[in-house]
Amino acid sequence: MANSQAVIDRKDLDALFTLLTEEGYQVIGPRAEDGAILYAPVSGPDDLPRGMGDEEEGGHYRLSNRNDAQLFGHTKAVQGLKAHLYPARQKLWSAEKAGHGFRVVKDSSPQPRYAFIGVRACELAAMVIQDKVFEGGPYTDKGYAERRKNSFIAVVTCNHAGNACFCASQKTGPDVSEGFDLKLAEILDGSRHVFLAEAGSEKGRAVLERLPKQVAEEGDKNAAAAQIDAAAKGQKRAMIAGVADLLAANLESPHWEDVAKRCMSCGNCTMVCPTCFCSTVEDTTDLSGLKAERSRKWDSCFSIDYSYIHGGSVRNTGASRYRQWMTHKLSHWVKQFGHSGCVGCGRCIIWCPVGIDITAEAKAIGKGA
Amino acid sequence: MTARAKPRLGVFKFSSCDGCQLSLLDCELELLAVTDAVEIAYFLEATRKDMKGPFDVVLVEGSITTPHEAELIRQIRKSTKALITIGACATSGGIQALRNFKDVNGFLEIVYARPDYIETLDTSTPIAEHVQVDFELRGCPINKYQLLEVLNALLNGRKPNIPNFAECVECKQKGTVCVMVAKGMPCLGPVTQAGCGNLCPSVHRGCFGCFGPMETPNTDALAKRLLTELGQDKASVMRSFRNFNANAPAFREESLKHE
Repeated sequence: MANSQAVIDRKDLDALFTLLTEEGYQVIGPRAEDGAILYAPVSGPDDLPRGMGDEEEGGHYRLSNRNDAQLFGHTKAVQGLKAHLYPARQKLWSAEKAGHGFRVVKDSSPQPRYAFIGVRACELAAMVIQDKVFEGGPYTDKGYAERRKNSFIAVVTCNHAGNACFCASQKTGPDVSEGFDLKLAEILDGSRHVFLAEAGSEKGRAVLERLPKQVAEEGDKNAAAAQIDAAAKGQKRAMIAGVADLLAANLESPHWEDVAKRCMSCGNCTMVCPTCFCSTVEDTTDLSGLKAERSRKWDSCFSIDYSYIHGGSVRNTGASRYRQWMTHKLSHWVKQFGHSGCVGCGRCIIWCPVGIDITAEAKAIGKGA
Repeated sequence: MTARAKPRLGVFKFSSCDGCQLSLLDCELELLAVTDAVEIAYFLEATRKDMKGPFDVVLVEGSITTPHEAELIRQIRKSTKALITIGACATSGGIQALRNFKDVNGFLEIVYARPDYIETLDTSTPIAEHVQVDFELRGCPINKYQLLEVLNALLNGRKPNIPNFAECVECKQKGTVCVMVAKGMPCLGPVTQAGCGNLCPSVHRGCFGCFGPMETPNTDALAKRLLTELGQDKASVMRSFRNFNANAPAFREESLKHE
């Protein structure tokens, strides 16, 4: 059964925030801060980046003024929702000295309940990929699983593409067909400013039912479909077809050395990638040695410690580190999890300080093959 | 729980500004815990007690710039089990290593009325060029939490959690927006070791490289970007690398390319 659609007026959008807050959610949405769009706590539509757009290119990002009233006229935030669902540092457990041994104290602090507003197709696809990583096998990450289960996801569909976007070629967007609680399309036509809304879950239906709304007109549905179409057709970048096999067949390509001349191994690409999940475990003690704590921290395959095993690091060259990252993301991931690890958001391109472009590197390796 | 024997700690200073050893006094809330855990046997900034070695652990601030210092550091090395150098001066030669790029006699003549009273070396060099160092803690100044971590690790017989990766990782973990990408500011973050606590980028300034080169610094790639998209001239790029860690090999070599 197709989900029923409704139209929420811009002036009634406050009700969504109020309702979610009443339901006990901490509402997280896009905000313009520090010259960029960030996901942060928002208390209502007034906190959203009204009239703000974003320019993006390899190693380049600027906020821009759209001169309109759109609340979601930007493309994507600096970071997806990884930092909320999979925090950069998470306490796992602590221990106290007890006699000749120690006693483990489990961390039982309750996990937050987030309502994410403004989630893009690529960001939702990234969550689904991380679900498989953290919850897919016999050993699940309980903290992640609980935060994910607790969360409410309000997708906002894209109405245009950013210059770094290539979700269409990765088949992760720009349309969204499942995995959301609520799907919104922002429609601004002259003085008419509405959101075409569709529930995708029981949680979403319960919320939508209680919001002030009107019947969705054919015109609104057509406008939303046209936006998705424009967001797909406007994409200037694309991942080449068959990249998984191409990279697997070119592990010794001279092109890796070419990338290494430009790559600084700074790790930015892995930090902003919404699917990169590598972590390290860090033990700390207090000065007296009576208490210890174990935490999980984001790590990056670009660091030397990451591949340190007895006797040294196994990836000592920039070429080997970049190859590890790119081939895992686009090739080995498929064997490991059954799909690509790249959602085509283009964040690794934008936030690489020297603008290395994963789509261009893949093409270059294809040409050299 | 029986108390551990308190290790004897000495804090020594060579050519430097004292800022790094003051980080130990800056530990405030943790300071009492430190004095509980170690016996401060020699630390002139904190106590007039002048206890002789041997020491279990010595923190050394400053670089070697005089013949006297070159001799003294050898004696200190002989008197301690562990020697930890703290700060950019001790780990790379400090800002005073700018002399390494020029003839030191020229400075002596400009600065001192009687240069013949001054006995100095031609270069400012890190402690590790003179004696074996067990751990180098970077920074100008060092980060007090990193100092506590190194002492803590030593006391508890574990490896200190001091990363050698780029400052960029610290920016991203903290959620700081990249000043280079989003504001077009020159920044040494991608080639600089993390650990400062994300001081400059979090207040919208590019990284000055106070913590010295990260583990695999590709300074060439950064310099190219600074010279092209970020519109810097050669002199600015040279000065960026020739700073508190001017004598650290990776920064030194890069700055020489832009003279």
